[in-house]
Amino acid sequence: MSAPSGITLVTLTKDVRLEWRSKDALNSMLFFALLVVVVFSFSFDPNAEESRVIAGGLVWVAFLFAAVVALNQTWARELRNQVLDAYRVSPAPTNALFLAKAIGNFLFVVVLEAVMTPLFIVFYKLRALGPAWQLFPVAILGTWAIVVNGTFFAAMSLRTRSREIMLPLLLFPITIPALLSMVEATTTILVGDPSTSAKFWIILLATYDVVFTTGCLALFETVLHAE
Amino acid sequence: MTDANTVRAHADPIITVTNLVKQFGRFAALRGVNASFDAGRFYAILGDNGAGKTTMLRVLAGLVRPTRGEVSILGDSKPRKACREFGYMAHPSLLYDEMSGMENLRYFGQLYGIADDARCSASITAVGLDPALDRQVGQYSQGMRQRMSLARALLHDPKILLLDEPFSNVDIHSAREMVKLLTGMRDGGKTILVVTHQASLLDGAADEFVWMQTGQIINRTPDRTFMETA
Amino acid sequence: MKKAFPILGLLTAVLLSYALYQALVVAPQEQTMGDVQRIFYYHVPSAWTAFLLFAINFLASVLYLVRRNPQTDKIASWVVIVLAVLTCIGGYAFRSALPKDVYPSSVATTGIAIAGLYFLLRKYFSEQGTDILALTTAEVGVVFCTVVLVTGPLWARPVWGIWWTWDIRLTSTLVLWLIYVSYLVLRRFSTSGETPVLAAALAVFGALDVPLVYFSIWFFRTQHPQPVIGGGGSIDPRMLHVLLINWLAFLCFAFLVCWSRYRLERMQRDVEETQALEALLEPGGHVR
Repeated sequence: MSAPSGITLVTLTKDVRLEWRSKDALNSMLFFALLVVVVFSFSFDPNAEESRVIAGGLVWVAFLFAAVVALNQTWARELRNQVLDAYRVSPAPTNALFLAKAIGNFLFVVVLEAVMTPLFIVFYKLRALGPAWQLFPVAILGTWAIVVNGTFFAAMSLRTRSREIMLPLLLFPITIPALLSMVEATTTILVGDPSTSAKFWIILLATYDVVFTTGCLALFETVLHAE
Repeated sequence: MTDANTVRAHADPIITVTNLVKQFGRFAALRGVNASFDAGRFYAILGDNGAGKTTMLRVLAGLVRPTRGEVSILGDSKPRKACREFGYMAHPSLLYDEMSGMENLRYFGQLYGIADDARCSASITAVGLDPALDRQVGQYSQGMRQRMSLARALLHDPKILLLDEPFSNVDIHSAREMVKLLTGMRDGGKTILVVTHQASLLDGAADEFVWMQTGQIINRTPDRTFMETA
Repeated sequence: MKKAFPILGLLTAVLLSYALYQALVVAPQEQTMGDVQRIFYYHVPSAWTAFLLFAINFLASVLYLVRRNPQTDKIASWVVIVLAVLTCIGGYAFRSALPKDVYPSSVATTGIAIAGLYFLLRKYFSEQGTDILALTTAEVGVVFCTVVLVTGPLWARPVWGIWWTWDIRLTSTLVLWLIYVSYLVLRRFSTSGETPVLAAALAVFGALDVPLVYFSIWFFRTQHPQPVIGGGGSIDPRMLHVLLINWLAFLCFAFLVCWSRYRLERMQRDVEETQALEALLEPGGHVR
């Protein structure tokens, strides 16, 4: 199986298996996610009437910070024994590696979100007054937006000093339109004002995802080999 | 001192570098290297730290882009195009510490299109290790780790082996086993380039010793008698 | 070339003084805002200059990336030509969809101008020159961007009583500023031997982001109406005149600064290259 999709699948399976085996990163990330929700709940009084309005922003900022911690681990295993060299000298297409890592990160962050969301709902007594089913495309498209660029910039920051700070430094400015879309879409759905619709934001998120997935796939090989 | 030309006999050059220059800012790691390496021969590349040995090997493997000059592997001017034809090994193991040897080889085999467990087993056995060993590579001794790394480099049966300090921190027994294995591979027609500080290990095994200093090849001899210049 | 620099410097100084005089004295006083409005002649030309510089940075970055490989270079040239043609045709074909003040001819001209600029850069800048141009325009662009972000709130405070508003231009400028500061940080922190490649990739990402930023803020504002800094609607022709003079002066100044920076960077790299070449001849391999 040397087809790119085969290599993506094999790499993804390997990463999931290794993550499951050690469970270190997974456990500490889950606990971190819980802590983030609790800290936010203390900082922004969830009993206030405005909680429904600000919850959209809070939730996504919390997801973003948890995602950054996860993204910084993307290449940690590969760095330890210069495994990336082994990948670079092989005929395997680098995009397959990128997709595997991006999908792996996506799954990881989705698990974190799945843990954090019920907690937010409980602490903020959240209830969607608008079409709640729309929250699913927002969550999927929004998470992919953070993760696809995050994986790319994680690779870029491999070639810099202060690796852990470079990732968010590069990621946040580029992610602003996606972040705005996610927050606005979520708020619109939660508030449920009939004159507003989250549809534009969802379309914008989808456009963002398409544009940047293409960009990442086009430039990943260049960045990986820029030694 | 033997003339480099007579040492080469009548084999065909499989790797050629022309005017290879690599600069990292103001430091010139390679300063105009001209060389050709023939098929089916075992080369030992020796020299002090900073001589450019590792840099040259990494340029040959396509991991580093030269500042100037050309590299030709099996007629291809881009090392990455010829990537199926060479296996690369370095001082770090290039393996996942959290997986067993067999799992590692299975994964890296997939990158070369090898889905066959038997080939992975054969490669591990060839370096003198047990394919059934369930231990994670991170728990291996250095000797075992380097041997497993060699197994990874050999997995896709490449024509050329580029090995950077394969015997570093390896126990003498494992090192000798590896040299024996490499000699056998050379006899089987593979071209082998080994960068090492432990030239004595390759006495009687290497066909040619290539001496590098400050980014250039200063001599090529059939044995270890030529030492560093004053 | 060397003689042109002081002459241009003098010309720029004269132009800037004249433009300042025009802005502070000659331009008519605004009805509602009074003299505070005159900051507009500083704020808007800075923004236009910054955007132009970032556009050049984008073209230079793309050029740098495609020229590493002769195949991609050829493909890219054709893509630029096709895009220019499509812009011309599209401008006329979709004229009804264009916003009120935008004419099909300006769309077409912009398309052709960008393509022309691309090929000009390709012809007159070497591989390294392209990278230095990208670095230069990013640095000077960030400076002009900072001016926009400082003058905006300075204007907003006395007039509307607030320091900041999610005004579409101001917010887009802020995001652009953030992206390019991260670009400069990447350049500084990179340990790779191929920093220009990484920086160029980031610049391309930044450029892809810009329209998305604009649309997201535009829609945000339709949902949450905010005061508009910089005044919407039509502009008095005398004010437009002063505005354009100021823009011309700023462009000359930007050109001058970029030119100096470019020369400085080029000289620094030449020195490094000479030292490295000397290292090739030095027996020790290092320059003492």
